[in-house]
Amino acid sequence: MKPAPFAYHRPASLDEALTTLAGDPHAKVLAGGQSLVPLLSMRLAQPSALVDLAGIPGLDGIEVDEHGVRVGALARHSAVLASADVRRVQPLVGLALAHVAHATIRNRGTTVGSVVHADAAAEMPAVLALLGGSVEAASVRGTRTIAADELYLGPLESSLAPDEIATSAWFPALPPGAGVAFEEVARRQGDYALAGVAAVADDAGVRAGYLSVCEVPTVVDLTDVPAGGRGDAALARLDPAEDIHATAAYRSQLVRVLTERVVESALVSRRDRAGEGR
Amino acid sequence: MTEELHDVRLDVNGTAYDVRVPARRLLSDALRHDLGLTGTHVGCEHGVCGSCTVLLDGAPVRACLVLAVSVSGQRVTTVEGLTRPDGSLGPVQQAFAECHGLQCGFCTPGFLTTITAGLRDNPAPTHDEAREMVAGNLCRCTGYQNIVRAVERAAELAATEGRP
Repeated sequence: MKPAPFAYHRPASLDEALTTLAGDPHAKVLAGGQSLVPLLSMRLAQPSALVDLAGIPGLDGIEVDEHGVRVGALARHSAVLASADVRRVQPLVGLALAHVAHATIRNRGTTVGSVVHADAAAEMPAVLALLGGSVEAASVRGTRTIAADELYLGPLESSLAPDEIATSAWFPALPPGAGVAFEEVARRQGDYALAGVAAVADDAGVRAGYLSVCEVPTVVDLTDVPAGGRGDAALARLDPAEDIHATAAYRSQLVRVLTERVVESALVSRRDRAGEGR
Repeated sequence: MTEELHDVRLDVNGTAYDVRVPARRLLSDALRHDLGLTGTHVGCEHGVCGSCTVLLDGAPVRACLVLAVSVSGQRVTTVEGLTRPDGSLGPVQQAFAECHGLQCGFCTPGFLTTITAGLRDNPAPTHDEAREMVAGNLCRCTGYQNIVRAVERAAELAATEGRP
């Protein structure tokens, strides 16, 4: 199928984009389009207009300092993945991005777009939630910061208002001596995962973030849970969904296996990083 | 409803084309219907199969997930643009012929563009990297073994002549 008709705006400034968006409650924002265009083609989304951010200068930045990584709304996945600074300051971002679709999709798709598309089967919302990151949102009413734990309301539903544009996403740095790991199981490398787990091990404890398991990205605290019991401890907090690709029972088994494996990798990565620090 | 049309200049394989299209025109359809460049194939039309892959400023993208109106000013290379100026086969095309990398041929344009860019970024892929290079493209004849072999052969051919 083809997209239904819509008007197309390509504003030259953020202010112009925000004014256009505020004037049309049925308009949608276009950045990379790798999630939006399929929805248009399947006519699951029929916005009155698209506000293309591509003409706005300065939105494609990737800023890295010792506190974390700030990714601009037009930064492509491929650019974030290619950044050695990002890998150094928050290695989990790169580990997860390598699993985001295929290289041809990452060349066009944006990390902020993925974050606010709020797909619980996607990697970057789960990573933002696990790391306790945030999104900067702008509108004609002003700007605000939305913490990850207030961002995800339901399947494909974020707390971003219709007149708001997510201008950047913030991923906090990995503390010194902390470890991370990421793994997922998909039917084809790069496809949507049947289940995926990200883990962080630091001085505060061990936490795991889950994608393609529940209806929203979910973070589970596994501090002090002994090896061998982590999968079941996680499942006590999760309610794995069933779909045409995996039964709830199979998804639960993936959670058990991946949780043990990914948490163990995060602990090993923590020991390795602590060793490097000496 | 009268649909608003947009004047777009598309730079495809080194030639500038001026077209007037609605905002909803996908790049894949603009190439095929407005420009008559039917080498770019349209399969699933939602970004899964990779048949419509073209190079945008040198980077492979799904032409079915890009609006034509949004690529004004960018360089597009389609499978037609991979042929050498004298009409002879480039190394990726040559490797597909040698390794029987194409069967029905429907998915081939997407594989050729993907591999051309892939070998430019990674001129000597390992076997696993060669597999991952084409992981985003579906071949419904399931000719993957020969396609992966063609990636490796194309890398050899390109190394001999110095460019993919």
